[in-house]
Order: sequence, then C-alpha cells, then structure tokens
Amino acid sequence: MQLSALEKPGCETPKFWRRWSLRKLFSGSGQPVDRATKARARIVLAIMVFGLCYAVIAGRLVLYATSDNTTVRRSYSADAVATARPDILDRNGEVLAVDVRAPSLYGEPHRIVDKDEAVELLATVIPDLDVAEVRERLSSRRRFVWLRREITPAQRQEIHRLGLPGIGFMHENKRVYPSGPLMSHLLGHVNIDNQGIAGIEKWLDSRGLADLHLAGLARDRLQKPVELAVDMRVQHALRDELLKARTKYKAQAAAGLVLDARTGEIVSMVSVPDYDPNSPREALDPSRINRLTTGVYEMGSTFKALTLAMALDSGRMNLNSMFDARTPLQYGKHTINDYRGQKRMLSMSEVFTYSSNIGTARMALALGVEHHKQFLRRLGQLDRLRTELPESAEPLVPRRWEELNTVTIAFGHGLSVSPLQAMMANAALVNGGLLIPPTFHKRSEEEAMQIATRVLKPDSSEKMRYLMRLNAETGTAKRADVEGFYVGGKTGTSEKVVNGRYSKTRLLNTFTAVFPADKPRYLLLVMLDEPQIIPETNGYATSGWNAAPTAGLIIARIAPLLSIAPRFDLPPAEKLILASARIR
Amino acid sequence: MVSRIERTPFAAWRWTVDRLMLAAILGLMLAGVVLSLAASPPVAVRLGLEPFYFVNRHILFLVPALVVMLTTSFLSPQQIRRIAVVVFAISLVLLFLTLIYGAEVKGARRWLMMLGISIQPSEFLKPAFVVLVAWLFAESARRPEMPANTIAFGLLATVVVGLMLQPDFGQTMLIVAVWGALFFLAGMRLIWVAGLGGAAIVGLSCAYFTVPHVARRIKRFFDPASGDTFNIDQAVESFVRGGWFGRGPGEGTVKRILPESHADFVFAVAAEEFGIALCLVLLLLFAFIVLRSLLHALRNHDPFQRFAVAGLAILFGLQSAINMAVNAHLIPAKGMTLPFVSYGGSSMVSLAWGMGMLLALTRERPRTNFMAADRSPVAAGSRA
Repeated sequence: MQLSALEKPGCETPKFWRRWSLRKLFSGSGQPVDRATKARARIVLAIMVFGLCYAVIAGRLVLYATSDNTTVRRSYSADAVATARPDILDRNGEVLAVDVRAPSLYGEPHRIVDKDEAVELLATVIPDLDVAEVRERLSSRRRFVWLRREITPAQRQEIHRLGLPGIGFMHENKRVYPSGPLMSHLLGHVNIDNQGIAGIEKWLDSRGLADLHLAGLARDRLQKPVELAVDMRVQHALRDELLKARTKYKAQAAAGLVLDARTGEIVSMVSVPDYDPNSPREALDPSRINRLTTGVYEMGSTFKALTLAMALDSGRMNLNSMFDARTPLQYGKHTINDYRGQKRMLSMSEVFTYSSNIGTARMALALGVEHHKQFLRRLGQLDRLRTELPESAEPLVPRRWEELNTVTIAFGHGLSVSPLQAMMANAALVNGGLLIPPTFHKRSEEEAMQIATRVLKPDSSEKMRYLMRLNAETGTAKRADVEGFYVGGKTGTSEKVVNGRYSKTRLLNTFTAVFPADKPRYLLLVMLDEPQIIPETNGYATSGWNAAPTAGLIIARIAPLLSIAPRFDLPPAEKLILASARIR
Repeated sequence: MVSRIERTPFAAWRWTVDRLMLAAILGLMLAGVVLSLAASPPVAVRLGLEPFYFVNRHILFLVPALVVMLTTSFLSPQQIRRIAVVVFAISLVLLFLTLIYGAEVKGARRWLMMLGISIQPSEFLKPAFVVLVAWLFAESARRPEMPANTIAFGLLATVVVGLMLQPDFGQTMLIVAVWGALFFLAGMRLIWVAGLGGAAIVGLSCAYFTVPHVARRIKRFFDPASGDTFNIDQAVESFVRGGWFGRGPGEGTVKRILPESHADFVFAVAAEEFGIALCLVLLLLFAFIVLRSLLHALRNHDPFQRFAVAGLAILFGLQSAINMAVNAHLIPAKGMTLPFVSYGGSSMVSLAWGMGMLLALTRERPRTNFMAADRSPVAAGSRA
C-alpha cells in the first residue's frame, strides 16, 4: 500500500479540499487516483448526504412547529362549521332572518378513553340521544365527528361538567327566522351547516358568501344586513287572507303576489301550504312548492289582457273594434266557445268584460302567429324568468306554434308560464308599457327605469288600465272592487289538465288586480288551486266568485299599509276612456 | 482525576476516547428513558401490563447496554474484529434458528427465546456484519490476491436470505444499504455504482409487486386516500399539536391511540409532549454522532478502522434518519426503531455494542500505534 505525502497528519485537510474533484469521487481503480483518496472523497459525500437528510427532517419539523395548530382542525371540519350569514331585513327594517350562536357537541374519537362511559354519560344529559349512532360515530376512525348539533347552553354546561376527554363544543351559528313560516318560500332556508339551500338564502351563498366562508372571512357578525323589498305587514295580511280563502273555498293551495308596478319590486309573495324555515323538513313535500316561481300554469283568462294589449298596440284595432262572437269559432275539429256566450258582435271592451274566448281568439288570429309570438317573447313569456330566487321554472312553450296554438294561447291555454312571469307582463300592460324584471331587492324608480324595456305604447297601456277598471265596475271582477282604491282586474278560470284532458271540475282560478287603476301602483295576483263550489257562490266555482272576492279582501287590508290613500271622488271608467279619447 | 503520568488502561481510555461523542450517546440514552416515560405507559396499559412495565425494562436494559458499550470501547481494533467475527457467526446461526424455533409475532419470526430472555439475532447481526464487511473491503485493498469482495458478496447474500425468510424488510434494506455504502466507500467503480443502483431499484420494484403490504404503504404515502393512514395522520397531528414546546409531560393524547407509540412512533409522541424543540435537539444529537463519526473516518488512515467507523455510523445514521423521516411523513411508513430511544432490549444492547465499537475505533491513537495496528491485521487475517 502506498501512502502519498498528502496523507501525513496535519497537512491533509487543505490539500484534500484542493485535490477533491468528481474525478476522484468516481474514477475506477485503474485511474491514477489511489483508493484511500477516493475513499475519503466518498466519505465527504456521505457526510454531505447525511447532513442534507438531517437538514430536511429538521426543516420539516420546523414547518410543523410553525404551522398553526388550528389549521389542522379546520382542515377537516371547515366545511362543517356553520358559518355566519348576514341578517335579512324587510323593506322597513324588520328582521326576517338572523344568526343566533349555539353550541354544538363534537367528539374526537381518538381522544376518548372510554367510549361506553362517554356515551352513557352523554345520554344522561341528552335523553333523546341516539345511543347506537353516537357509539358508532365514536368508534369510527375519523378524527372529528359531530355528536349533536345545536344544543342548549344548559346542556352544554352539564356536558362540560361531565369532564369527558375528547368531547368538545364548537360554537356554531344557527339561523333563526323570527317570523316562522311567514316568508318561507321567499327566504328559503339553510342546512345544518348554515349554508343556504333555497330561496334568498341560497342566492346569498351564490353571491360570494360561500367563497368568503371558505376563506374563513365571514365568521364574524359584521356583515351588512341584506334588505329585501318585501313588506312584512303586507306579507302577513296577504298570507292571512289566503289561508282563510283556502279554507273557505276548500282549495288545495292558494298563492298571492304583490308587485310594485313601477319598480318591479316584489312586495309580498305567499304560496300556501308553506313550511317553517326554522324546521324545514316539510319543504321537500311537493305540495308545498312555491307555486309562483317554481310552478308553471296555463294562466287562463287573465292572459287575455295580454292579447288585448297586443291588439291595441298593433294600431290595427281600437277599443270599439267589433268581433264576431255570434257563433263558436270552428278551428279544424276544435270548437272555441264562450263561457257566458252573448251570441252577438262584441266590442273590444265587451270582449274583455265578458271574457270572450271567441273574441280574443279572433283578435290574435287577425294579427297572425308571428306577431303573437313576437309580442309574447317581447313580454318575456316564452323564456325562463330568472330572479334572485334560485327556484325558477321554464315556461312550457308549444314546440310547433301554429294558428291553433295562437287561438288557444290568446285566451290563456296552451302556454304555461310561471305566475310571477305573467305578473311581470301584466305590470307592463298598466304601468305605461315598460317591462321591468321583478326583483326581491329594494329598487328605486330611477333604477327600474334604467333596466326597463318599452314593450307597449303609453297610450295602449292607458287603455288597458281603463279596461281593467271597467271590468271591476261592470264585468267579471266586480267582487274585487274596494271602494276608494279604484281597483281594476281580470279574472281567469282555467281547467286543469288531468290525464291529458281538460277537467271540468278541477280548476285553477286566478285573479290579477291593479290598484289604483288610474295611476297604477301595485299589482296583486291571487291564485286558488281547485276551489270548490260553496253555498255562498251560487253554484259557481269560477274566479269571479272566489279569487276576485279574496283579492278584494286583500286589497282592503294591504292598500292602507302600502300608503295608498282612499279617494272617493273618482269618475267611472267609462268616462275616463271617453275623456282620454277626447284628448287625443 | 485520572493522571496522565501512569499509563493505566483506564487512563489511556480516559484521554483518548471521543468524550463529546460519548456524551452525545449518553444524552440519547437519557432521552430514551425520559421519552419512554411518556410514550410507553399507555401501550403497557393497553396490553394489560402495569403502566411502567416498559419503562422499567427500558432502564433495566440500559445497564447491560452501558456495560457492553464501555467495555467494548476499551478494546483494540483487532479485538473488536475478532469479537465481531464471533458474534456474526453466532447470530447468523441464531438467525436461521429463528426460522425454525422462533415465535411468530405479527406474521414474522424474529425473536428467539434463550435462557428466559427473548433476543432478536438480526439486531446483533447488523453491527457484526458491518465490521466484518469493513474488514473484508479493507483487506481487498491491501491484498488483492484474497477474494475479499467475493466473500463480502457471499456474506451479504446469506444475511439477506436469512432476513427475507423471517421476513424483515426493514433490516434487509438497512443491511443492503450499509453494505452498498461501504462498497462505494471502498472504491467501487462508477459502473458498479450504476449496476448496484439498478439492482436496488429492481429489488424494490420486486418488493413492490410481490409483497402486498409494501405496495400498500408506498401507495398510501403518495395518495393518502387510497388506504388507512391512521398512524401517519396521528403522527403528523402529534407534531402540530405539540408545537415548539409541547403540551407538557403527560399531556399527550396521540400516544393513547398510536399502537407503536413506544417503538416506531416515539419521536412523534415526544413532539406532542415535549415539543419540536426537543425533537430538534434529538435530531442534532443523532446528526452530531453520525457526522462526527464520519469525520473520524475521514481522518483515520487505517482502511479497516475507516470503513468500520463509516459503516457503523452509516448504519446508525440510516436507522435514525429513516425513523425520523417516517415520523415526519417524509417517506413511506417503514418499521424502523429510533436508536436508543425506541423500546427494545436486543436493539438497545446491540446498539450499545455498535457504539462501543465506534468509540473504540475512533479513539485517538498515536501514529506509531496506528502503524502497528496497520500491520497486525495481516496476522489476524491469516489466523481467522
């Protein structure tokens, strides 16, 4: 074995570093580098490798040490922790939905020493605890399990006193709706994790609230409350009257809507049966859907107002145009009849007040299919109406739209729209001809003007107002009139389709009212699903006998709340029409 | 005070042994006792033993371990080599005996009952094997006519077969890795590096495809959703919960549910109670021992001492690094104990023996002494 000079003690290190190179590290024994030098080079490599390994482990440990203790817990329960939501207020600042802090009980199974003991002791505090389920949860290998959400502070204190390891509390936000079922469909509700799953609550989440929660930012109570257009007092009156009407006429369901004709604000929306968003189990019941947005209906005769508006706005007909209603309208093998046939020529205003199917059909036919279709599209009746509510339904539009479709759609059959959608069009008919998308939020008239689209000439709209008023004075809407509020309206009775055929006995009655009709401020829709004949209605079940009087009762209650002063010096509609004709 | 005037064996030892390294090893042993107090009572309770069963035994094993270590550190390189040869021969025989007489624990035969104590021959095999292989590689450099490399290969094959039959993947990997490292240090050509690296990859892929639990562990590491990562999740949580300074002795909770809290996961358990600061101190102790030994190997001129010191240091370093890396979730789960800290009698005594050899071989020797030692292996070798 050869010992080179550099291996002498004392002088090795500097020389070594000088001569250290990759060549020495890896060259074979045939190279001029001797084995001892190579071995030392490789030991240096081993030192570096070990140094690196230990440094990496140390780095990882430091990383663990500096990571926030709470982040670990959040990582597996963030999605489960109920998050803070903004309060929801009505247009007058009344609280509709609010967060209340409530403790929730959780377990960390791996920290629990004696599971049976824990379950038994918990059951003494919460008697209705599902012992089997809790035991199963605690036996899981998960690190975080909910045991009971939203317990009372007293229960929290008692469980705390039990001193069980691995059992803890997390304060969650519980959503509370002080008004109970009053606003159910409008507000929607939240799930156990305080995430909105229906109505305005869901809309709030979709508007970025969910993202804020994920970022952990929306945990405090400093969020700005959300103000809605709804008026709790009006809502209460409307719901009260609808509940009464539903009982009185033995209807399956009742629904009502109050829409501000000038801004598109939804001041009130009720669909009964409804549910209590505080315990939203019943919300899944199909009979409790929100009929105003989620359901689509053939609106029946109330839809005739649209046909008349189209006829007036076309400029080819006026209020005095005559329509032949002497004989039923034959169309192919179909016969169109009137409910209360006058068997004579009818003027346009008579077509409206007698609610003549034949007359409106002839009107639409005279203008043609394309004109009809375009008009309805302009009024937003053929497309899905989207509002803040996530629940919305697509209208059922005939795939092939021929003359027969125009004939039936003219008097409200063969096209199913959501009632809210129909009300949007009705508002345009009377508010001067502006189509304003409805909203659940507060909206000023200026804001409404910016998004409004003109769909009718102001003059046509004015005529529609007086036709509506006229109908309340002399036509089918007489029972809806409330003295002083100058109500106008249109009834609608449509036969429901049962097993593919129109049923004579199962009716969907609607009534659209506008008040005050000379200067329209609000529109009211009343819907009764399958009202029955009762002694008071003289054997009738049509809209004029149930929906219209209900609307009258509602207007009598809500008009004062909506700050509409009664006026008793108003002229009859007939005169106003003449007056407006004279001005022209 | 030990006088330098009289050259008693103790005085010689006192002045030549690497006292800092000795202190570090003693520090590790002490840490092992303290951590045993934290980590093992829940395990003992779970097994129906009295809470301090493992603590008592841990301390009990320290006595023979200390004796073995200090005695060994007095020995000369030749004595160390001879003892290593003897121990290797005995433990190899015992290793194969375990395959026949060993008690099966968790699907493997690793322990042998002898005279009332159960010992794990593979633990004693490791340091003996390392010293033997270091000697063979040193001989191959000095006397090319002797088929030292071939013998080293043969030994490796024998040991690997014995360990794989148990089966014990962790020890096999460790043995192969240390053998490869020594072969590399001994001046293996680049082509051999590539060849052995390839063989290691082939071996690992074989293990991956033929042994289900290896494949599962690796898969789990890269995709935690693919299986149960309970132990590792607990370990990570333990670190995070502990933070810098821990939750305090006895305040740990992870140890109650980690099945191997006194063995493979003692490092994580230590983190929860005593904090990551203590973990870093432990890590520094290991790093200090390993790197200081390797620096000794760098300075030493005798090939046998150099390779033996490097090999023992690498064995010790690999074992500690793998255990800590598994605990910190840096590499897939691998059953590997943390030297001196994890519980285990055989492991403790064998480690002490290994460290004793390390201390003995790193004792400062005058150049003349080294020259004398340099010649003697020839005689020793011919005698062996």
